[in-house]
Amino acid sequence: MTRLHLAVALDGAGWHPAAWRARDARPADLLSAAYWADLVSEAERGLLDFVTFEDALGLQSASIDAPDDRTDQVRGRLDAVLLAARLAPLTSRIGLVPTTNVTYTEPFHIASGIASLDHASRGRAGWRPQISVRAADAAHFGRRTIPVLNLDDVRDGRTTEFIGGLFRELFGEAADAVEVVRRLWDSWEDDAEIRDVATGRFVDRDKLHYVDFEGRHFSVRGPSMTPRPPQGQPLVTALAHATVPYEFAARGADVVFVTPHSRAGTATILAEVRAAETTVRREGTPLRTFADLVVFLDDAPGEAAERKARLDDLDGALLASDAEIFTGTPGELADLLLDWRDAGLDGFRLRPGALPHDLTAITTGLVPELRRRDAFRTGYEADTLRGLLGLPRPANRYTTSATP
Amino acid sequence: MPLKQIHLAAQFPSVSNITVWSDPRSESQIDFGSFAKLAATAERGRFDFFFLSEGLRLREHNGRVHDLDVVGRPESLTVLSALAAVTTRLGLAATVNSTFNEPYEVARRLATLDHLSEGRAAWNVVTSYDAFTGENFRRGGFLDEADRYTRAAEFLHTARELWDSWRPGDIRAAADSGEFLRSGAGTFAHRGRHFDISGRFVTPRGPQGHPVIIQAGDSPEGREFAAADADVIFSRHGKLEDGRAFYKDVKGRLARYGRRPEDLKIFPSVSYVLGDTRKEAVEHAAEIHRAQVSPQNAMMHVEAVWGRDLSAYDPDGPLPEIAPEPDNLISKGNTQFRGDRAATARRWREIARARGLSIRELVVEVTAPQTFVGTPRQVADEINEFVQTDAADGFVFVPHLTPGGLDDLVDRVVPLLQEKGVFREDYTGTTLRDHLGLNPVRAPRPDDAPPPAGETAPRTKETS
Repeated sequence: MTRLHLAVALDGAGWHPAAWRARDARPADLLSAAYWADLVSEAERGLLDFVTFEDALGLQSASIDAPDDRTDQVRGRLDAVLLAARLAPLTSRIGLVPTTNVTYTEPFHIASGIASLDHASRGRAGWRPQISVRAADAAHFGRRTIPVLNLDDVRDGRTTEFIGGLFRELFGEAADAVEVVRRLWDSWEDDAEIRDVATGRFVDRDKLHYVDFEGRHFSVRGPSMTPRPPQGQPLVTALAHATVPYEFAARGADVVFVTPHSRAGTATILAEVRAAETTVRREGTPLRTFADLVVFLDDAPGEAAERKARLDDLDGALLASDAEIFTGTPGELADLLLDWRDAGLDGFRLRPGALPHDLTAITTGLVPELRRRDAFRTGYEADTLRGLLGLPRPANRYTTSATP
Repeated sequence: MPLKQIHLAAQFPSVSNITVWSDPRSESQIDFGSFAKLAATAERGRFDFFFLSEGLRLREHNGRVHDLDVVGRPESLTVLSALAAVTTRLGLAATVNSTFNEPYEVARRLATLDHLSEGRAAWNVVTSYDAFTGENFRRGGFLDEADRYTRAAEFLHTARELWDSWRPGDIRAAADSGEFLRSGAGTFAHRGRHFDISGRFVTPRGPQGHPVIIQAGDSPEGREFAAADADVIFSRHGKLEDGRAFYKDVKGRLARYGRRPEDLKIFPSVSYVLGDTRKEAVEHAAEIHRAQVSPQNAMMHVEAVWGRDLSAYDPDGPLPEIAPEPDNLISKGNTQFRGDRAATARRWREIARARGLSIRELVVEVTAPQTFVGTPRQVADEINEFVQTDAADGFVFVPHLTPGGLDDLVDRVVPLLQEKGVFREDYTGTTLRDHLGLNPVRAPRPDDAPPPAGETAPRTKETS
């Protein structure tokens, strides 16, 4: 039986906006390294494949576009790449996958940042590129103009065409950024450093490559400042909900996170993902597919739903999410995961509703439950993130001579 | 009068020819283990901070990647953040360019490092303007040389506004009342020549308020920038008289900005070589300097100054008779060769002629880093003399070996400084500001009103 891959998405106090008010929450510690170290260590004890870290170039908001002034939800966050790097020396096997913006952040900086994370973690880095459509984020940079979207217009479809165009443009730029970053990771061949005392040469410069990317939005010459990372290409992931982002993922990612709401929905989405791979003529390994789920887990039947309902009350609204929201026992979640998995998924990225409660329930409840069904690993089988996902270390696109 | 306390910093071996990669003891320049080991040595020596330089374009010589020195390094903030996990007190200083970055991102990354290190972050603000580096960036090559300090100054002021947009205590995290944060925390608006930005800053105030600010330029503009805005200035004035003149000049500029002399610490950048006797140390230093200038490296230096291909010449022979082409910049991305190359060529000719030096001997002579050479006691005495006589407040030590290059400084010299009572036996504070004896950053007062609401609305509204 093929085993499942499991990842956990970490964000603030958990994915419920009122999670910071739960009994075991640590709301005053969300900016401290110790808080995150405890969470990632717990995920590693559970032998999870990787953790992701959310990020954005603007404050969290309950509204889709504009910042709000709510004071009763978590606001403020740390840079995800630096957070992942801070945790790298404290862990040894689990993958670390930070989110970065690609609409404003320079691809050249991203490439060396993620490569440096891969060096610091000895091959456990991933990356989730993310676009920004928020006008408020644009104003933080003052370099481009993105119009404010009005929710009524969005709902009534008056802006559908405009939004479609904006998304296509931003995803097109994001695809360019991923291409540049991947070229920069390859811009050093693995054996470029030679330290040849006789000729005085530290590197063989024939093994350093200009990437010479020219696109609509930027051009980048290269090579990278940072030698090729241990994995060659750190794991690239993308969260996608529609055709344009499926194609974005199919072009440049190794893993796609999707948001089905049923087993049938899973099959439909996976068919769309495969179609996107065909559209963009993806070559090599097909996308690894992970379904996202927001999870509230308790051992006693009904308890998780009650806990979520209490948080909904505190927040004054039912939890809304792009992903399916699951409440139940670890056994019930295991049933669901295995059922959906049979539609063709490689794994799941679980978003704990409240931290640390739902993370601990995953590692100490769900994981043993899956293991009993022989559906999850009993030990880490590789020491790189690509290795955990069964992905090979890619050949360097610039290497011309065959290496043994 | 009480003795001045000395401050010490360690630089990770750079990509200049000071780093002797050809030594068998030289380990990886990229493996995290090298960074962790040198940082551990610096922390064992109770150093104030550990410093990483930055590059944004690989250097080139004659149109090809320069291959004779160390090439390649990790991104400095990412490595320092990882080092925060394996150190507890050592300050962590990142070099981040103000030309090829935006204030919102740099401010959030430095605030993040300050949180993740519990108050140990520092930022070495550097500028560049060249189109060569710009080829790696979206807005490549857009800055006039004259604007690099005006942009840097506005960049830093904008970053300070962003850090100040959150006040201490803005995170309430009061689960019972349901108040997570102060209403409006993070609100900012900056309108200036280089930056016109507004909104909400995403990272709450770090433990130090603002990271320690470092500046490394030696030009009059650089000195003025430091006097106005920096906490630490790096200098190259490692000779006693030069050091005193620089110290007097820079400290004299502070009053204009309402600052006291002790508000800016002066750190010349230096190397050191120890021996059991002075003679042994001098001989060892000569060996190191020769190792720093391979025959190929010597030719590269002369070609860079002459502006032409000199591959037909012998590094063990005399300087070429042919005239330099000083307008021809063939070494790119290396500030060392940006000055008046014609004058440098004349000076080198004079030195070589007067002392009968070959090309390699000349380059060894003119590129030797400022170095303390002697027995541990002699070096400790010299370091102390610099500080007590106001030629420096401390030093950045640049080791020539990765990662063991500070071992004997920490093992043999630091104890002597501690014995003299001029260097800490142990850390007395937790933040880098504590180590440097800097005043805490004044927190914005509650009556420092945030900008009016209208100012903070995204300006892009009118285009929708």
